[in-house]
Amino acid sequence: MRKKTMIALLSAIAATAQADINVGVTLSATGPAASLGIPEKNTIDLLPRSIAGQKVNYIVLDDASDTTTAVKNTRKLISENKVDVVIGSTTTPNALAMIDVAAESETPMIALAASARIVEPMDEKRRWVFKTPQNDAQMATAIIEHMTSNNVKTVAYIGFADAYGEGWWNEFSKLAEVRKLKVVANERFNRTDTSVTGQVLKVLAARPDAILIGGAGTPAALPQKSLKEKGYKGTIYQTHGVANNDFLRICGKDCEGTLLPSGPVLVAAQLPADNPVRQTAGDYVARYEAVHGKGSVNAFGGYAWDAGVLLGQAIPLALRKGAPGSREFRAGLRDALEATRSLPGAHGVFNMSANDHLGFDQRARVMVTIRDGAWQLAR
Amino acid sequence: MDLQILLLLGQDGITNGAIYALLALALVLVFAVTRVIFIPQGEFVAYGALTLAALQAGKVPGTIWLLVALGATIAVLDGFRLLREKRYAKLPPLLIFNVGLPLLAAAGLFALPAGDLPLWLQVTITMLVVVPLGPMIYRLAFQPLASAPVLVLLIVSVAVHVAMIGLGLLFFGAEGSRTPPFTEISFELAGAPLQGQTVLVVVASAALIIGLYFFFERTIYGKALRATAMNRTGARLMGIPPALAGKLCLTLAAAIGVFSGILIAPITTIYYDSGFLIGLKGFVGAIIGGLASYPVAALGAILVGLLESFSSFYASAFKEVIVFTLIIPVLLWRSLTSRHVEEEEE
Repeated sequence: MRKKTMIALLSAIAATAQADINVGVTLSATGPAASLGIPEKNTIDLLPRSIAGQKVNYIVLDDASDTTTAVKNTRKLISENKVDVVIGSTTTPNALAMIDVAAESETPMIALAASARIVEPMDEKRRWVFKTPQNDAQMATAIIEHMTSNNVKTVAYIGFADAYGEGWWNEFSKLAEVRKLKVVANERFNRTDTSVTGQVLKVLAARPDAILIGGAGTPAALPQKSLKEKGYKGTIYQTHGVANNDFLRICGKDCEGTLLPSGPVLVAAQLPADNPVRQTAGDYVARYEAVHGKGSVNAFGGYAWDAGVLLGQAIPLALRKGAPGSREFRAGLRDALEATRSLPGAHGVFNMSANDHLGFDQRARVMVTIRDGAWQLAR
Repeated sequence: MDLQILLLLGQDGITNGAIYALLALALVLVFAVTRVIFIPQGEFVAYGALTLAALQAGKVPGTIWLLVALGATIAVLDGFRLLREKRYAKLPPLLIFNVGLPLLAAAGLFALPAGDLPLWLQVTITMLVVVPLGPMIYRLAFQPLASAPVLVLLIVSVAVHVAMIGLGLLFFGAEGSRTPPFTEISFELAGAPLQGQTVLVVVASAALIIGLYFFFERTIYGKALRATAMNRTGARLMGIPPALAGKLCLTLAAAIGVFSGILIAPITTIYYDSGFLIGLKGFVGAIIGGLASYPVAALGAILVGLLESFSSFYASAFKEVIVFTLIIPVLLWRSLTSRHVEEEEE
């Protein structure tokens, strides 16, 4: 008898739970990638709680920037919370490791990490994986274009001695060769280094017209400060990995005039009125700043927002295929995500296809310069 | 490679080496007196630098809550014991030092406009807030295990390190901070610019090392520490309480760490977890000194600094590899030249 009641009770719970859409989120809210993960987590709180009349639950877990934990979280979300879609994680190694778990259980996954390898080359597993941040290659092209159109002939590179710096070096050196830019020095430094004098001196000895610093977050300020201290007068480029306000705080006046590629969200208010991203990005900025204060928005939160934008478009279509919690719903969600066309988000306009699970074109990036301690759209 | 680059690299290496030397001295001191390999040494660097940065930003540094919490825990533990042993006379000083003063400091931080104070006062406040954490950590983590084997002490030391890193993230956040330089002066030395801040680091480190020398040679407490380091049992028989020696040497180690943090904060960006790597390089220096010799440890640390600076010029991608590989030939040389002594168990 008691067993029967239990079963009845459980099926009742299952029935009510079925009505809700469960979105599993794993982010690096602590650990080395915390400065990226925290704004993403803040943004998840701003996503709509109901889509097409269905209640949406967000189950947010922290993977502490650790790959093993990210995989464990994904398994937990899928097997215990029965999520319909997984958002995350913040860093490339974590996202890459999660692909297997998501594909195995046929759950769509939207990664918030940048590397193109997350969605390329397209295969049976990556069918289930989408991502919102721009590819490094897109950003590198923006930098190279800016360099060539500003008469830069020789360039030096100082990057992180890890996957980030190495990835940028690969993209950048490849493109620079095509565009006839001469790379005269290639140096590495560690996120935790307290001094980069050696690298900076070597770079300066090569006398480059411009220098690209391939680092993310505040550690990327160290070479820039050393370069200024040693009297470097050329243009300094940074990557979009530095697009947060802590970087401005640390770098201070040494970053005046620095150029970097970024998603348009960073300078949403300065975009021309006919830019399709202006309104969606501005909307996100307004919502985020209403909760976290003026000037608090950064590019990383925008990735999480775009994951929400994609879901907002795909969920109504997927609901026609099946009820939330079912295999059909998940497959429908995957198909709907892949069918996304001309959808403006905070970072660009999504045009997905079977082979392109990012779907961004050149509207997803702008060159930004730092003026008076603030981001400014470069002409 | 011309003379100017050589000078700049050497200058950079000596600046970092001076900081590593201070930490190496602290590590040797703590190991000699308490047999603890003090891994959290680097955390004091980060705590010092970030507390100062928080003060300058006009914020109340989170370290004050750690001070209050540790003080309260000690007061409860020791107070309970004193009550049971009916030693009521010792209660008031215990409460004043472990509860009263931290609370007073916390109240002071809330009342004072810390951001507008002169720099030397901010430095003093930082020292007052962070340094007492040293003896408190000794009291809570190491004193109950004072006679345990080195390995147990090392494991506890790792635990303290991990706990302090976690708390550091909680107190200061994931992002780093940098404090404004103490001086903007810059000199010209044989055609190479020389920052005033760099000179300050080297001079301050040298002054601190000389100060430590006089402390150990001329003061009764310094002599007590040296006695404990030489022979723990003998020192105890001569009336030097091991708990006092432990607390005193951790106070010194914490002070050295915080001081290094304050020195290095204007030169580089310090994160909640930066301390570990800085401490580790000091540790390489201390290993060169065999965890016993102060001058060799200091020289070893300077060598680490120079090696780091020159390898970052020649092979930047392998810098850390080169620095930490140094430890292998050093260990080889030490184990070939010195007789192995079994760890004495008390």
